[in-house]
Amino acid sequence: MVAFRLPKGSSVKKGIDHPVPTQASLPRTVKVYRYDPDQEENPRLDSYQIDASQCGPMVLDAIIHIKNTIDSSLTFRRSCREGVCGSCAMNINGRNTLACITHMSELKKDPITIYPLPHMPVIKDLIADLTHFYAQHATVKPWIENQTPPPGDRERLQTQEDRAKLDGLWECILCACCSTSCPSYWWNSDRYLGPAALLQSYRWIADSRDEATGERLNSVEDPFRLYRCHTIMNCTDSCPKGLNPAKAIAEIKKLMVQRS
Amino acid sequence: MTQAYPITEHKYDVIVVGAGGAGLRATLGLAEKGLTTACITKVFPTRSHTVSAQGGISAALGNMGEDDWRWHMYDTIKGSDWLGDQDAIEYMCREAIPSIVELEHQGVPFSRNSEGKIYQRSFGGMTTHYGKGNALRTCAAADQTGHAILQTLYQQSLKHHAEFFVEYFAIDVIMQNGECRGVLAWRLDDGTLHFFRAHMTIMATGGYGRCYLSCTSAHTCTGDGNAMLLRAGLPLQDMEFVQFHPTGIYGVGCLITEGARGEGGFLVNSEGDRFMERYAPTARDLASRDVVSRAIAIEVREGRGVGVNNDHAYLLLDHLDPELIHKRLPGITETARIFAGIDVLNEPIPVIPTAHYNMGGIPTNIHGEVLSVSYGNNESVVPGLMAIGETACVSVHGANRLGSNSLLDLVVFGRAAAQRCAELIKPRTQHKSVSKALLDEPLARFDAIRHAKGERSIADLRLEMQTVMQNHAAVFRSEEILQQGVENMQATWDSFNADKRISDRSLTWNTDLAEALELENLMQQATVTLKSAVNRTESRGSHAREDYKDRDDDHWLKHTLIWLDESGQSKIDYRPVHLHTLTDEVEAIQPKTRVY
Repeated sequence: MVAFRLPKGSSVKKGIDHPVPTQASLPRTVKVYRYDPDQEENPRLDSYQIDASQCGPMVLDAIIHIKNTIDSSLTFRRSCREGVCGSCAMNINGRNTLACITHMSELKKDPITIYPLPHMPVIKDLIADLTHFYAQHATVKPWIENQTPPPGDRERLQTQEDRAKLDGLWECILCACCSTSCPSYWWNSDRYLGPAALLQSYRWIADSRDEATGERLNSVEDPFRLYRCHTIMNCTDSCPKGLNPAKAIAEIKKLMVQRS
Repeated sequence: MTQAYPITEHKYDVIVVGAGGAGLRATLGLAEKGLTTACITKVFPTRSHTVSAQGGISAALGNMGEDDWRWHMYDTIKGSDWLGDQDAIEYMCREAIPSIVELEHQGVPFSRNSEGKIYQRSFGGMTTHYGKGNALRTCAAADQTGHAILQTLYQQSLKHHAEFFVEYFAIDVIMQNGECRGVLAWRLDDGTLHFFRAHMTIMATGGYGRCYLSCTSAHTCTGDGNAMLLRAGLPLQDMEFVQFHPTGIYGVGCLITEGARGEGGFLVNSEGDRFMERYAPTARDLASRDVVSRAIAIEVREGRGVGVNNDHAYLLLDHLDPELIHKRLPGITETARIFAGIDVLNEPIPVIPTAHYNMGGIPTNIHGEVLSVSYGNNESVVPGLMAIGETACVSVHGANRLGSNSLLDLVVFGRAAAQRCAELIKPRTQHKSVSKALLDEPLARFDAIRHAKGERSIADLRLEMQTVMQNHAAVFRSEEILQQGVENMQATWDSFNADKRISDRSLTWNTDLAEALELENLMQQATVTLKSAVNRTESRGSHAREDYKDRDDDHWLKHTLIWLDESGQSKIDYRPVHLHTLTDEVEAIQPKTRVY
């Protein structure tokens, strides 16, 4: 018989309601997924009432405000706070994005509900385990490969047109928003590489300086690694940097067709 | 204490603490040379703050016009207000050319000029013919050069099978008989403690911008390496020199690259006046950063600031070709839209001088080896210990760093440190013995903070420290303001020691504890910054004293060295500035008045 039950300990319970601050001029409710690995308890959804006028405009500002003033045990990753490092990727009101560049004022729905990146093992609160995601990135050999030695004492030449082919690819910050928004990745992440890794693969295929296109195509030519992409487009929809991983995957598929 | 916390031991030839530009460049160089290397980092490598570097990396490639590394050297010395060591600056500017060529070979997606060579742009203080012309020297990948370089260095590290220990928080260095034996670190994802033993420990832990309330630095820029060395009884150098970047976004602190001015942008005051013409008639908006930051501060002080409170300036880009902005400055266009809500094609960007970079740090020689004072020799090497990148003070930046010299510093000295390790260390040799009792003190500190039960939250204490630094160690300084800062900081530190509170007692991903450890690190650095600043009674580079307005080469052409003990007492000594070159291929530049 197939078991149609969720694994033990995975359903999210109602958590603690933290009270409303008196005289909040801009009241907002923020619900945050909490999970403590040291307790043998289910995860819960804690509710925090904040005065958004007392902190910066971004969702990350609100989370930091909660940590600073209400509950210092709240755990999340953050670093650059300007949308370039990819640390604070999380699921906010159902969308994967970076908390540091998400304006609270643009989230009309109240409460703001925050979960870790979906379908990843959770270590604690909003910290997802990205070990497997990083390992997949490494498998596409995300570095320049070539046989022709570069000129000894100066750079390789690359035309502006060839360099322009990398735009929209080299800016990827490995935040994992795309891969963890992909239903195909949710289902088959053990074997499907996912949009982030495939975009990284195409970044090198598209680079006029790289000479390993054949091997790169060989390494993903597999019913799972590449072809589990079903053009759902959640990846492109979620990318906080405005990149288009779905297009990069389509380009790889096109090259496959061309060489067959 | 070692019973309460089981410790896993690791042995490597070299350990690198930090995985930003410098740490990664060293790591991949060490892996290439066959030394077993562990890179320990509290954030995944591509999340390091190098990623935020925008404008570019300098090297006299001459792709866009004539250039010479000697002119680059002159500019850097002048930019440093003659506090930089000229032999080290010569080394950096000369090595810049092969280092950048190497980066391109490693795959950095540099922007290109019409000949297909690396694109280079203007940057502050970068000139040709010893100050006469404007140099195009800063190699750029659009305005996300740090991201491009950091990704590439990480990719190369993967290629060379470097070993990373990601999300490990370094607690302290372990020193025995004046030699470094390794690092004690805390693994965040399972809460275990690890002792990494090595022949050489390389600190690549970055700056401590988070001492300030408003800074361009990431949350993780807490200068952990600097503090670890202070606690190990070693001195830090030139800590009074903190760079304020002229164009942080007003109210938020996010950086707008100097490249925006390099591409033709300029600053105006409330009267619409291009005020930099008055402060730097030749270089104007491309004078060095300390000069531009002071000019903005003076404009504001004299009532010509913009905005509701007349307290900042505008950076204009709306006269530039939209195509150029799209191609060369896409990142700051987005940053300005998100954080200031403005469209740079049509509106001015509100900017304010914002804490940005620490010229000071761990004193090293040009090989990255850490220096201290021993038996009267104030350049004696500390065995087993190196420092590179922003945490180091080689000193190539002296009293003021030029824009695009920091990425250069990372790769040049990251590379140099790896080379030096290959010379010094025979792979897989026996490790020197180490007394386990040495782990007790850092463990006791860790345990005490973890169980702190006082009244004041870490966030509250951090805000207090940042406010002290913002008010007492800013662009303009004086005896009275700085002295008050020293007293206030001591009070904050005392309060931290007596009254801090941690509410999370766990060991797994306890960020309450991590932030407390970082705060202690920050406070120790804030203290020595203030004390070094009180002590230096002259104005030089970024250190502008209103009570001592002039540079005083007779008394102060020297590096400050400062030690700190547990109670907050400091000791100050000095090291002479190297006014000599490394080779005969260039002549030393004698100090003269610094005009842009």
